[in-house]
Amino acid sequence: MGKKLLLEHVDVPGINTLSVYRQKGGYASVEKALKTMTPEAVVEEVKTSGLRGRGGAGFPTGMKWSFLAKPAGVPRYLVCNADESEPGTFKDRYLMEKIPHLLIEGMITASYALGARTSYIYIRGEYFYVAQILEKAIAEAYEAGLLGKNIFNSGFDHDCYVQVGAGAYICGEETALLESLEGKRGNPRIKPPFPAVAGLYGCPTVVNNVETIAAVVPIVNHGGAAYAAIGVGKSTGTKLISASGHIKKPGVYEIELGVPVEEFIYSDEYCGGIINDRKLKAVVAGGSSVPILPADLILKTAAGEPRLMSYESLADGGFASGTMLGSGGFIVMDETASVVKNLYTFTRFYHHESCGQCSPCREGTGWMEKIMHKILDGDGTMNDIELLWDIQAKIEGKTICPLGDAAAWPVASAIRHFRSEFEEYVRRGHSIKDVKHYYSTKGIPEPAYS
Amino acid sequence: MAKVTIDDITIDVPDGTTILQAARMIGGDIVPPAMCYYSKLKTSGGYCRTCIVKVEQGSAKDPRPMPKPVASCRTTVMDGMVVRNITSPEVLEARAGVVEFLLINHPLDCPVCDQAGECHLQDLAYEHGKADTRYEFERREFEKIDIGDKVQLHMTRCILCYRCVKVADQITDGRVHGVINRGDVAEISTYIENAIDNDFSGNVIDVCPVGALTDKTFRFQSRVWYTKPVDAHRDCDKCSGKVRLWYKGEEVLRVTGRKDKYGEVEDWICNSCRFDHKKTSDWVIEGPTKVDRHSVISANHYENLRILKANIERQKKALPHGEKVQLGQGALDPNNIHGK
Ligand SMILES: Cc1cc2nc3c(=O)[nH]c(=O)nc-3n(C[C@H](O)[C@H](O)[C@H](O)COP(=O)(O)O)c2cc1C
Ligand code: SF4
Ligand code: SF4
Ligand code: FES
Repeated sequence: MGKKLLLEHVDVPGINTLSVYRQKGGYASVEKALKTMTPEAVVEEVKTSGLRGRGGAGFPTGMKWSFLAKPAGVPRYLVCNADESEPGTFKDRYLMEKIPHLLIEGMITASYALGARTSYIYIRGEYFYVAQILEKAIAEAYEAGLLGKNIFNSGFDHDCYVQVGAGAYICGEETALLESLEGKRGNPRIKPPFPAVAGLYGCPTVVNNVETIAAVVPIVNHGGAAYAAIGVGKSTGTKLISASGHIKKPGVYEIELGVPVEEFIYSDEYCGGIINDRKLKAVVAGGSSVPILPADLILKTAAGEPRLMSYESLADGGFASGTMLGSGGFIVMDETASVVKNLYTFTRFYHHESCGQCSPCREGTGWMEKIMHKILDGDGTMNDIELLWDIQAKIEGKTICPLGDAAAWPVASAIRHFRSEFEEYVRRGHSIKDVKHYYSTKGIPEPAYS
Repeated sequence: MAKVTIDDITIDVPDGTTILQAARMIGGDIVPPAMCYYSKLKTSGGYCRTCIVKVEQGSAKDPRPMPKPVASCRTTVMDGMVVRNITSPEVLEARAGVVEFLLINHPLDCPVCDQAGECHLQDLAYEHGKADTRYEFERREFEKIDIGDKVQLHMTRCILCYRCVKVADQITDGRVHGVINRGDVAEISTYIENAIDNDFSGNVIDVCPVGALTDKTFRFQSRVWYTKPVDAHRDCDKCSGKVRLWYKGEEVLRVTGRKDKYGEVEDWICNSCRFDHKKTSDWVIEGPTKVDRHSVISANHYENLRILKANIERQKKALPHGEKVQLGQGALDPNNIHGK
């Protein structure tokens, strides 16, 4: 069994209440930090831990914190990114729903480290019931004196608020999130300036993912070095993986970074193998934005090394043969899945979610969706495949925020690794409009869901 | 000061200058096209991505190249920066891509669009685009909206450059935001209607690079290349009163701000000058506009510049006490403004 730092007590009955949470050692990190550590010392521990942002980009958290500008007389803010809208990712919801106090505890400890008197949890609108769970936990924390004035007699005051978004993926991009939090339209800002200098209301701000903030709790409790001892290389600690698709046991798993992908998919501790023991076809390893990889490349790197669940190993080979850990949304597809159909769904998603600020993303995402729709309808041409390739290349790297890249990468990788499947759709034309017909002619089992 | 090299031409510019501004200081073909940036509007730029360039060397201190193309209008130069625009095939290809994106949902209704002839999207497509379109789907369409009785919003033509939004935010009062919905169905909102009561709201027409915001008082009156621009001014208590009059025959068909070669107005003008003063007698004529953009407006005009100059000189002499030259009705036959 791998070590559990975040989900250790997740199955304890009543762990969502303050009393049970405290019985299990909850809020120890707040007490320890506020009573025995300087804010700088907490930042130092986080640096030592090697913790990297769990929201997708994997930026070292300690370094991000140390970039926070500290002009005198200007408030600083900690903002928790609970917008979690990346298809395939549902770990933050699980954590907040099951152990809300872990996030609140992390918010207080991290805010102390950053000198933030006020923090916000920005949660996606569809998680309304989770927002209510958080509100309840916050109320309990206020009542117990863990939030509010002079926490643990340390002189540190802190207020934490929950803000519900209105259901836009783009509001998970940190600067769009800040705009939305300020009550404006959720358009990503043009950077620089970065939030660390001018974030919420123009004040220095740190935006971190739910899981990142929760991980601060074990780091302060056990020390950064103990945290760094878990994992491999620069992928330290544990990571929550949202596993979905054609696996026997979909769900949220806390893994020690560095578990082999093969073990993660097939062992009973995690996904338990493929439904009906069918063949693995492809995996989207880190949420819809990261490149899809075929079975051989997700299990082994191009050099033949076993692929591990870590930032470095998943990225090995660049985009030619690798992918990214991203937000840990692990989507497994077996041999019955259609990569083309799946890609259509993704293109539709990014088209729907583009904020529309910059031309390549605004126009290109819709165009890609329309072409995918055409191909799926059996009306595609070989030229459409080239066109798709060209459009994604003209979006990637030319937009204001990374949503443009996120829309381009799935298209590029699907064509890179599964071109023959696209060609099949084009060649068979209308005869595969009917998906069932397609599978019967391919001589493979019909998907259970179609 | 910072030394920056753009397409192998080096120039010293003040700190804080953007790559685009530096390129404009150099001038000529190396200036990237800009559809959304507007030097007189704070926080403008960054949206359209037509001005993207490659930064081959970040600075003298950190010579690494920037990993992605950058928006030259929003990137400040660093000392020792090396930039490529027209000398990079990659940039030209990427820009052609941006132009294509801007055009796939554009109605291409130039034949019935008042902006035709002075439209930046036409110029951009002509100079940086490709001849064919690869887009074969239906183009998006919106209903036309009247924004008050003077301005019409034809959203179908909009390229979402946000300039009008910034004008409404920065030049007029009492306005919050102007875009509703998102993605390719985002539209300039009718909140903007509230802005029309404002003295300066007509400036949204001047900043609009395409025919999305047009002057209803000018609507369908003439193709711009049949009109003759003349610079003029009047004493105005609201604005500088420095405008451009667009004549057809003796009639002033419309009044606009004076745009420079990058399509930016020199001064914001008020609605009173723009919409309510359309008689030659309202204005002091300064002379025909020098049109130096390679636009259709410059085709075959101003053959008789000498005649106009003579007219003004004659008037000056007739005014013994150095009064302003007032070209009242009849004093000038604008048909004579054909000069070269
Ligand atoms: C389109 C888009 C959507 C994003 N959505 C989320 C999200 O839902 N949750 C999240 O934590 N980060 C999201 N991010 C990443 C954030 O911008 C930011 O990097 C992150 O919140 C930083 O936190 P971390 O350093 O703890 O990972 C998104 C980024 C983009 C470009
Ligand atoms: S890349 Fe897309 S989502 Fe991001 S700012 Fe541009 S249009 Fe908006
Ligand atoms: S209406 Fe014109 S000025 Fe306004 S955003 Fe559209 S193109 Fe730009
Ligand atoms: S002019 Fe620079 S992005 Fe539009």
